[in-house]
Amino acid sequence: MSVLPYLAAGWMFLAGCYGLATSRHLVHAVGCLAVCQSSTYVLLLAVGYRTGGTAPVFSDVRPGSRPLVDPVVQALTLTDVVVGATVTALLLALVVQVAKRHGTVDPDELSELRG
Amino acid sequence: MSRRLRMLLLALGGAGFAALFAAACLELPHFGAARHPYGERAVHAALARHTANVVSAVNFDQRAFDTLGEESILFAAVLGTVVLLRQTRGERQVRPEPVAVARPVRRYSLVMVPVALLTGLYVVAHGQLSPGGGFQGGVVVATALHLLYIGVDYQALERIRPVGGYEVGDAAGEAAYLVLGAAGLLGGSAFLANTLLPYGTFNTIPSGGTVPLLNAAIGMEVACAVVVLLARFLDQAVEIVDGSGE
Repeated sequence: MSVLPYLAAGWMFLAGCYGLATSRHLVHAVGCLAVCQSSTYVLLLAVGYRTGGTAPVFSDVRPGSRPLVDPVVQALTLTDVVVGATVTALLLALVVQVAKRHGTVDPDELSELRG
Repeated sequence: MSRRLRMLLLALGGAGFAALFAAACLELPHFGAARHPYGERAVHAALARHTANVVSAVNFDQRAFDTLGEESILFAAVLGTVVLLRQTRGERQVRPEPVAVARPVRRYSLVMVPVALLTGLYVVAHGQLSPGGGFQGGVVVATALHLLYIGVDYQALERIRPVGGYEVGDAAGEAAYLVLGAAGLLGGSAFLANTLLPYGTFNTIPSGGTVPLLNAAIGMEVACAVVVLLARFLDQAVEIVDGSGE
């Protein structure tokens, strides 16, 4: 099954979406968003994989001696991870403030307007 | 929206996504296929500029301008967190009490602080040679400092972590990246173009032109950014209390 890794990424994304929609705690929701983001890492790395390939690092591999996996998508994944981490930090800061202002972290109880 | 309706909507959207995504996957190149035109060109360009770690070459040479954007996202997110988690009206700061830590934990973390710090700096310095680089090493350095919080207590951490200094370091890291980019411009080439410095001997630390310098700038920014971020969250947990709650 040569499409299985791609489908696994889609499945992870859907699992994260299900968690987001049914979440009863904002920290849990932020965790689910991180699961959605992780699916993009899996998709990117799956696109770049080459059968029998090794890491695109030449500190102990002679250039041209072995096939390499795609370094471009690995660099994109690194960007993805960094952005994901910053988004998570910012959202958790918002959760801290929501908990202080409203006294609840259940998204369903946050519907009323205040102020 | 009722829970039932929400689940129905989610099921509809999920099924639509699953169908379209599966159809798209079937048209993608096969998993593990040998044709990676961009990857091959990236490897070729990295070898031409004597950078052994091709991922670093992509991030800090070929896509250096994108990494500037990425770094700015990190910078902006830290700024946002600092603003969101500041001490507000009706809150006050308390001095956390020193607490006893189990002796084995204390001993182990005090041994590990220098080891982890050195590992982090190693990962930053060898970013152009082996897996790692400024982003990864910066996080290791920042976490190493927080071993003191686990091993001793919060006051010990605060002594080695004047947050103001790290905020300056965060900005300095970002500025260093920009200055290195502008240096390329002044050198008669393009912004962030890796044409200024000699490429050096392959697989040694001073190889890859500006890649190690950009790595160091990113390492400094990430380490300081993570320290500032964690400091704000720890302040909320340890130091800042609700004024009326006492």
